Amino acid sequence: MLHSKTSPRANVVVRGARVLDPGEGIDARLDVRIDNGVIAALGENLDPNEHRVIDAAGLVLAPAFVDPHVHLRTPGREDEETIASGTAAAAAGGFCAIFAMPNTDPVVDSAATLGALVETAGREAEVPVAFLAAITRGQRGEELTEMAELADAGAVAFSDDGVPVRSAGLMRRALQYASITGRPLALHCEEPSLSRGGHVHEGAVAAELGFTGYPSVAESVMVERDLALAAYEEQPIHLLHLSAAESVAALRRALAAGVRATAEVTPHHLVLTDDAVRSLDANVKMNPPLRAERDRTALLDALRDGTIGAIGTDHAPHARHEKEVPFEEAPFGVTGLETAFSVLYARLVKPGLLPLATLLERMSSGPARVFGLAPPRVAAGAPADLVLLDLEREWQVDETAFRSRSRNSWLLGETLEGVVAATLAAGVLVHERA
Amino acid sequence: MTTIRLVRDDLRPPEPPPRRHLLSIADLERDDVERLLGTARTFESALDREVKKLPTLKGRLVVNLFYESSTRTSSSFELAAKRLSADTLTVKSAGSSVDKGESLKDTALTLGAYDPDVIVIRHPQIGAPQLVARVTDAHIVNAGDGTHQHPTQALLDLYTLQQQLGRLEGLHVAIVGDVLHSRVARSLLQAFELVGIRCTLVGPPALLPRELRAETTSDIGAIRGADVVYVLRMQQERIEAGANFVPSLREYAARWGITPERLRPGQKVMHPGPMNRGVEIDQRVADSSDALIETQVRSGQVVRMAVLYDLLTGGPVGVRALAAAEVA
Repeated sequence: MLHSKTSPRANVVVRGARVLDPGEGIDARLDVRIDNGVIAALGENLDPNEHRVIDAAGLVLAPAFVDPHVHLRTPGREDEETIASGTAAAAAGGFCAIFAMPNTDPVVDSAATLGALVETAGREAEVPVAFLAAITRGQRGEELTEMAELADAGAVAFSDDGVPVRSAGLMRRALQYASITGRPLALHCEEPSLSRGGHVHEGAVAAELGFTGYPSVAESVMVERDLALAAYEEQPIHLLHLSAAESVAALRRALAAGVRATAEVTPHHLVLTDDAVRSLDANVKMNPPLRAERDRTALLDALRDGTIGAIGTDHAPHARHEKEVPFEEAPFGVTGLETAFSVLYARLVKPGLLPLATLLERMSSGPARVFGLAPPRVAAGAPADLVLLDLEREWQVDETAFRSRSRNSWLLGETLEGVVAATLAAGVLVHERA
Repeated sequence: MTTIRLVRDDLRPPEPPPRRHLLSIADLERDDVERLLGTARTFESALDREVKKLPTLKGRLVVNLFYESSTRTSSSFELAAKRLSADTLTVKSAGSSVDKGESLKDTALTLGAYDPDVIVIRHPQIGAPQLVARVTDAHIVNAGDGTHQHPTQALLDLYTLQQQLGRLEGLHVAIVGDVLHSRVARSLLQAFELVGIRCTLVGPPALLPRELRAETTSDIGAIRGADVVYVLRMQQERIEAGANFVPSLREYAARWGITPERLRPGQKVMHPGPMNRGVEIDQRVADSSDALIETQVRSGQVVRMAVLYDLLTGGPVGVRALAAAEVA
């Protein structure tokens, strides 16, 4: 399911960290010994043998993060991101696995295209990557892809992310056919006749600035439709990048009725509102758009209580010249891999709005479960998928420091608390920050 | 005249004031508006003289960068600059490198290389003037950006109201029509709030923006209580397939068109132009003595002179900074 290049596995002892794994119920100061990329022992004063020792006093050691929603722009826009640069950014952000969306050029809608990506990832990927394939050919919303063959070739799920599946009838057929693969559909919920021409959430800010509104109901009617179809066909779905309070309410009702749905929310929808658009900066333009405070609060509540089980960055790199244009002309999307943990720690955990353990869970085992990946954990015998966090340290988001090829971050120039000090992915030390 | 002396770091004079722009009415204070209207009155009396040119901005360069067709705004800015003896350069998107796909940023950098003092920009997209302000060293005047702002229109309308009705505070203006797509309405709403004019927005439900902080109604009867009825242009594209903001222009005219029957005797009528006679405004209203439409055009020239003058001669912000520097 996951693909990465072969690298030497780590033999290290992480000494003196606060080990925090909400899933395993651990919160203690422990040493962790890793033998050949596998967690061999947790304990006090472990003998380092010949291993390298990482002095982690004052740091937190936790299961590494999983990102269910990344755009690697390959094939087609390698100027914006490659598998190498995108996975390097993931490593810097503390991720041990990422899921890549198929809306590339060409779209990942055939086993041949997927096969080429798997091969490239085997040569280049710093951090393991899994690939989704499209639901419909060319993501045109007309004919289904050959899902069975795509699943055999390694597709972990199916998605037309970037655009919705307009036709309810076709969505139903997709749910029916995907059932033979056992893979979920990951859905971008947007009713195009309601969002048409919209750039900014339809609310007070759009009214004042004159932007064509993209109303929250454009998302929630599609969420309702897809939940109803998933319920009818008894098939699992994953709702991508939820943004609206009404969508959260619909999801709650469906979950209570037993629908097999999971959902994710992005860091920017948890931290910003449409008020940020007053800057007219194209780096706060994304789809779905930033919404009102009541939406943000509903998303945060849902993340806290587990209705939304995963944080996904929707890392969407764009070339500088494409974002240095008037807002309406700019493409949707912002980068997020390298800032996700820090911004959520600084803006939600630090002020007491979200427990650290919840954040760690929603960035790791929550998203892992969405696509059937074994959750990373700090336990003897488990592969070393670990992140070392320095919660005391501040850093300034500076575009020269990004490992992504693109710099379209909404956090440029901001100072954040919480640094990803090191990342181990599948037993390989993929990131270390001096 | 300021003399520059070397001073220790802790005595360094304050940073120079930020370059002054006119991007949005939201950036102005009431004082700014009153000062601009006062300057416009001074220029109006100067225009009564036989020789209408003033030497004030001699040697300055004003670039007019127009990405949308415009008659009154572009001609009025050009004339305003010329009356103040500035050099002018007008660039229209048709026939320029914009036709060849040059980005706004690159066009702005190119024009910026001539060191213009002011760039007046009209652009179909929201925030284009802000972008030009970020990449050049000129003072930027927004001459209309998409559906966002048209600040000089709002200022010239305030000027017209003040000249014609003798006051601003306490007036009641009804703005009628396609508020949703109107940059004029957005600038006016903010300008009215600054000077204490009550405003009612009237139009078809789908053309009144949701959550706009204002009195809104779809009942055309609401205009009767207003001192002035401000009529917005109703465009053909609002009824095209897929839009359907209103069923037809005919139905719009019947429900919201401004006719003599809907007005009180003596009620004043304004329109930013260009008019669609017979759609949003009846012929008889447009040509009546209560229509202030030509006065608005004349006000445009003096108000734009005042804006150019104010940006380039510093105004109170610059004066304060200079005084502080001299003390240091």
